[in-house]
Amino acid sequence: MQRKYIIILFILAIISPLGLLAQGTAWGEWGPEDMNELLGYVPQGINQAQEWWKAIFPDYTIPYLGEEKIFESIGYICSAIIGSTLIYGMATAYGRIIIKKNAKIDQKLTTL
Amino acid sequence: MHIPDGYLSPSTCFSFGAVMLPIWYKASAVIKKNLDISQVPYMAMGAVFSFLIMMLNIPIPNGTTGHAVGGVLIAIALGPWVAVIAVSVALLIQALVFGDGGVVAFGVNAFNMAFIMPFVGFYIFRLIARKAEIGSTRYVAAAGIAGYIGLNMAALLASIEFGIQPLLFTAADGTPLYCPYGLNIAVPAMMLAHLTIAGVVEGFFTAIGIRYITRNSPELVFIQGKEG
Repeated sequence: MQRKYIIILFILAIISPLGLLAQGTAWGEWGPEDMNELLGYVPQGINQAQEWWKAIFPDYTIPYLGEEKIFESIGYICSAIIGSTLIYGMATAYGRIIIKKNAKIDQKLTTL
Repeated sequence: MHIPDGYLSPSTCFSFGAVMLPIWYKASAVIKKNLDISQVPYMAMGAVFSFLIMMLNIPIPNGTTGHAVGGVLIAIALGPWVAVIAVSVALLIQALVFGDGGVVAFGVNAFNMAFIMPFVGFYIFRLIARKAEIGSTRYVAAAGIAGYIGLNMAALLASIEFGIQPLLFTAADGTPLYCPYGLNIAVPAMMLAHLTIAGVVEGFFTAIGIRYITRNSPELVFIQGKEG
């Protein structure tokens, strides 16, 4: 049964570049350059925050790939797969650490 | 709806982070009590689903973009506390690895999308689907409406968090320090995008997702029934 869901998730990852068709930026997620264009200045706090964190794959791009549309799509799919793997791993590790034991199934069966 | 760093004051971010700590703690306690290890893959797949659905940006008529979150689907299928953790994990990796949503703003984004959204959606679903047969039209429709309202609640919160910044924080010369747009701009802009487009997409995914799950894995619905 779980295999069906994995396949659906895999399909979602492969079609993820459809998300690149939407032009523009989400409201409130502009970078400092966009902000400068919109307002004519960049609020101090937004400017300072640019230094706080450097993401490895900023905005789901793979820096080593070119900027052409096709590479943008490939980078997006790679990001989808890398992100999915990290998230699956982290959620699984969290679940295993939190739950630990497997004995609950028997308990549940007896209380049904 | 992923608030980047710098748009909210650090004090706003840390306050929401502090509110999230007991929520994550409670979620972990509920998961420890109600889930067994064989159900962990479903939680992990829920987190991945949320991540991937958020990558599908949708154009909005006002020139911006929006996306679904999947938080209500996870809440209905696996329980709202599982959704808290699943969506939080997705948001954390988005912030750290992809720079989508701030690292300091992680707590705020988690509050909006990983806490308020699944819980609002879950209770709306329960209200509408009350006694509906599992997988029936009303059950599936209730999921869709819950997804629509859940995403819009998260968007409303985000827009208020943005909109209060210029009221509270300005530089010595009077220019805003963080988000420059007040409530009068932030709330209509965000709500237009989510009430018209993104919410509808969220509702659609929630409804077809729940329809698929109730037909293919009734055992998941059983978990939810036990937890709720």
